[in-house]
Parts: sequence; C-alpha cells; structure tokens
Amino acid sequence: MTKRIIALALVAGLGLLFAGLLLDYRPDVDLNLSARYYAERTATEIGAANIVTAIIVTYRGLDTLGEVTVLFLAATIVGLVLARGRRREQPPLGLAPVGELLATGSRMLTPLILLLGVYIFVNGHLTPGGGFQGGAILASGVLLLLLADPLRHFSHGLISAVESLAGVFYVAIGLAGLVLAGGFLDNRILPLGELGALFSAGAIPVIYSLIGLKVGAEFASMLANLAKTEEL
Amino acid sequence: MILTAMTLLLCVAMIGAALFAVLGRSLPIAILAAGLVSLVASLLFLILASPDVAMTEAAIGSGLTTFLFFFVLSRMRRGEND
Repeated sequence: MTKRIIALALVAGLGLLFAGLLLDYRPDVDLNLSARYYAERTATEIGAANIVTAIIVTYRGLDTLGEVTVLFLAATIVGLVLARGRRREQPPLGLAPVGELLATGSRMLTPLILLLGVYIFVNGHLTPGGGFQGGAILASGVLLLLLADPLRHFSHGLISAVESLAGVFYVAIGLAGLVLAGGFLDNRILPLGELGALFSAGAIPVIYSLIGLKVGAEFASMLANLAKTEEL
Repeated sequence: MILTAMTLLLCVAMIGAALFAVLGRSLPIAILAAGLVSLVASLLFLILASPDVAMTEAAIGSGLTTFLFFFVLSRMRRGEND
C-alpha cells in the first residue's frame, strides 16, 4: 500500500513539474543564434536537404561517432555476458512449431523490411530518418526471421565483418576529411552536387549508409546472441 | 484548432493504451498495447514537427521493442513446456 502511495506521489510530482514547464512555455518568434546558423548555411555549406542530417553527420559528426561507439560497446558487452550460457549444439526436443501465418508472412515481409531500412538510410540526407532508424529497421527484419525460426543460425563472421568494416570506413572517411577538406568528418571530400539529388551532400550518403549497416549489424548481433543463449 | 483536438485525442489514447498495458491480464495484448503507446508517441512527435525523432520512435519503440518482447515471450513459453 505504501509502495503504491509513493508511486502515485512520484507521478503527481512529475506531472506538476511538466505542468509548470508547459504553462511557462512560449514559442520563440525567431530562430535562436545557432539554429539560424544551421538553417541559413546548411544548403550552401553542406548541400543536404535535411538539416537534421547535416547536423548529425557533419556539424556534430564527432558526437555521432561517439554514439555509434557506445552502441558497439553495448553490443560487445551483451555478447560477452551471454557467451556464458551458450546453447548445446543439437536443438532441444519438443519445440512448439511456429504458426503458418508467421512462417509464411515472415518469408514475404523480410525482404520488404530490409529494403525499407536500406531506403531510409540511403535517403537520409533528403528525407527524415537516416542511419540509426534504417539500422533499427534492418535489425527488426532479422528479428522477424528469428521469431519465425528460433533455431535459425546467423553467421557471426558475416555480422562482425559488416560491423567492423563499416566502422573502419567511417573513421577512414573522417580522416580523409581531415586531409582533403576542412576537418574531421568534413563531407566535402566528394562533390556537393545539386541540392536534393540522391548523389549530393558530399560524403553524407556514404557515411549514413555505413552508420546504418553498423547499427543494423550491432543490433542483429545482440539479437542473435540472445537467441543462442539457453540459460539466463 | 483541429490540430489541438487531435493532439488531445492522441494523448488520451496514449494514456489509455499505457493503462491497458499495465493493468491488462493477457501478456501478448499488453505487449501490443505498449507498442501502441510508442506508435502514438511517434504520431505526437510528427505533430510537433520533428519527423526524424518520430521515425526513431516508430522504428525502435514500436517496431524493434515489440518484436523483442514477443521473442522473449515465445522463449518463456518454451521454457514452461520443458
């Protein structure tokens, strides 16, 4: 009973806090200094139609590299912890069969889900979304395959090769920016092209595709490890 | 005006789905309701003019997490049968 009262009091306090914030809120009439900088310069400096992507991949590219690294560490630690409960090699008997709907539906949907993920990160500099969203969608396609066939074996060699190659190329492009253009992760090592075209914004589509592959491979390796583990 | 009404409606739907997820008796339906919370949240992000955040919420919150919960649920059921 006291637990419930404490929980209710916490929720009420949080509600009051947010109500205070909301009632004080007045939308800004014009953009603040940094927002105006990004809004005015992105098209000419970066050449990306999506300003959010320009900020994530180029202006604040180092932060994104950090995020990808954190995700990589998380995937590594999950693999390390789960490695203790590895499954015996022959499949356990008496496995409940998955439904016909799931088995057939996953076979039809998985290619479409993978295609959508690739579409989202390849078009990251033009439309909303990008590497992280596309990578998560790729991983959910992998998870659907696992759901339909829990014993499916994914090649860890392939997953880790995709993951590490994407990481290496990401850093290499960053270093190329240091040498050929204005700084680390500068996108102007490739021609900026025409605003709004698929091949535009310099190295951004390349970098975002690498991020998408890396994020997808990291999530997929976590899920494959989870599926392989017998005891938790 | 219509936008405000829609936002309020979505908020109510979100709270309803969240209550359903917490109080509901059936686990699969609770998982679906939790996914619905994320889906409504991503719609709210879209109304607040941040499509990139909305996409992340939809892909991870309502897509990947829901799949993951169902995967764990099937593992739990398999454990019960042993």
